[in-house]
Amino acid sequence: MTEPVIEARDVRLSFGATEALRGASLAVNAGEVVAVMGPSGSGKSTLLHCLAGILVPDAGQVQFSGRRIDLLPESQRSALRRDRFGFVFQFGQLVPELTAEENVALPLLLNGVRRREALEKARGWFDRLELDGLEGRRSGELSGGQAQRVAVARGLVAGPEVLFADEPTGSLDSLGGERVMELLTSAARDAGTTVVLVTHEARVAAYADREAIVRDGVVHALTVDRGAS
Amino acid sequence: MTLLGLLDRAPSHGYDLKRDYDAFFGRGKPLPFGQVYSTLARLARDGKVLAGEAEPGAGPDRKRYVITEQGATEVETWLTEPVEPEPHLQTTLFAKVVLSLMLDRPAEHYLDLQRAAHLQRMRELTEVRRTGNQVDALLADHGLFHLEADLRWIDLTSARLDNLAKAVRR
Repeated sequence: MTEPVIEARDVRLSFGATEALRGASLAVNAGEVVAVMGPSGSGKSTLLHCLAGILVPDAGQVQFSGRRIDLLPESQRSALRRDRFGFVFQFGQLVPELTAEENVALPLLLNGVRRREALEKARGWFDRLELDGLEGRRSGELSGGQAQRVAVARGLVAGPEVLFADEPTGSLDSLGGERVMELLTSAARDAGTTVVLVTHEARVAAYADREAIVRDGVVHALTVDRGAS
Repeated sequence: MTLLGLLDRAPSHGYDLKRDYDAFFGRGKPLPFGQVYSTLARLARDGKVLAGEAEPGAGPDRKRYVITEQGATEVETWLTEPVEPEPHLQTTLFAKVVLSLMLDRPAEHYLDLQRAAHLQRMRELTEVRRTGNQVDALLADHGLFHLEADLRWIDLTSARLDNLAKAVRR
C-alpha cells in the first residue's frame, strides 16, 4: 500500500460565520485520479484550495509528501504550487496577450527555464492534446475546448507531482468536455501524476479511479467493493 | 425486428444472421439458434421474409432468407419511429428509499452506496467507451446517460430526504 502523496486531516475552515469545511479528511495516493464531488456550496472547491496550499485551514492538517504544508508561510506555499503542483481551472486561465505555446510554456518560464527550451518543451504537448497547428494562436482565437486543452498542457508541462483541476470541463459542451477529460487523465496517468479533480458531473467523475463526496463540509468517501485492493 | 433489419442488408442464412446479431446486439447474451429459427418462421408466415429451398449439405440450416417488400417497408417505418419515452424509474431503487424512510432506516446511507455503485458502473462504461470500437462506445454512451439520470434522481432524493420522510411516515 502506498503512502498518500497529499492528505487533508480533519480540516476546518470558515468564511465569516459560514463553515465551509467541518472536519474534512481525504487521502490521495501517488498516481491516483480522485474526483471530489458534491452539490454546489458543499465545500468541494474549498477542500481543493486547502489541499493545494491556496487556502490555509483554521484547524486540522494538510500534508504533502509527509510534510505539513498548512504551517508553511505563503512564500513557501507559493513556491510549492509553482514547482510541484499543476492547476487547471474552469474559466479565464490563459493569458490573452500570449500565444498558445507561450501560455503552455509559462510555468517553465516562471521556474527559470530558458525561453527557447521552454517553448520547445511546450510544443511537445500540442500533438498529444490534439492541438497541432494552434501553437501561434491567442486565446481569443481558440474554441472553448481548445483553450481548455491548452490549459491542461500548461498544467502538466512542468511535470507536477499533483495536478489540481477545478471543474475543468464546466464551460464546455458534453463532447468537448469528454475529450478534455480523456486527454487530461491519459496524459496524467502516463506521467504518473496524481490528480485531484473537483466536478459536479458524474460523467466527468467517471474518468477518475474513485470519488469522494463532500456534503456539508465533510467528506463521504464511500466506495463499492472493487474486489482486490 | 432486429433480425428483419439485418435481412434488409442482404439475403442471409440463419447461422449468419445469428452471428451478426451476437456481434452487434448480443452483448454477451448470444441469441439461441432456436429463437432465430422460430423468429424466421414467424416472419415467413407473416409474409415479411421468404425462405428459399433447403440447400444440400450438412448442418441444420441450409435455407436462405430474403426480405419481402412488406418486410422492408416495416423496417423502414420502424427505423423512423421514436421509442416511447418512458421515465425508466428504477422501481427497486425507489421502493428501497421509500421503505427505508417508512421503517426509519438509514436511507441516506443506502443512497450513498447506490451512488457509489452507479459511479463504479459509469467508470466501467467509460473504459469501454475509451478502449472499445465505435459500436461499443455508442452502447456505453447510452448506458452512461441513463445512469447519469439515475444519479441526478439519487442526488435530488438525498437533498429532500427530510421532507420525503415526513411525507411517507404519516
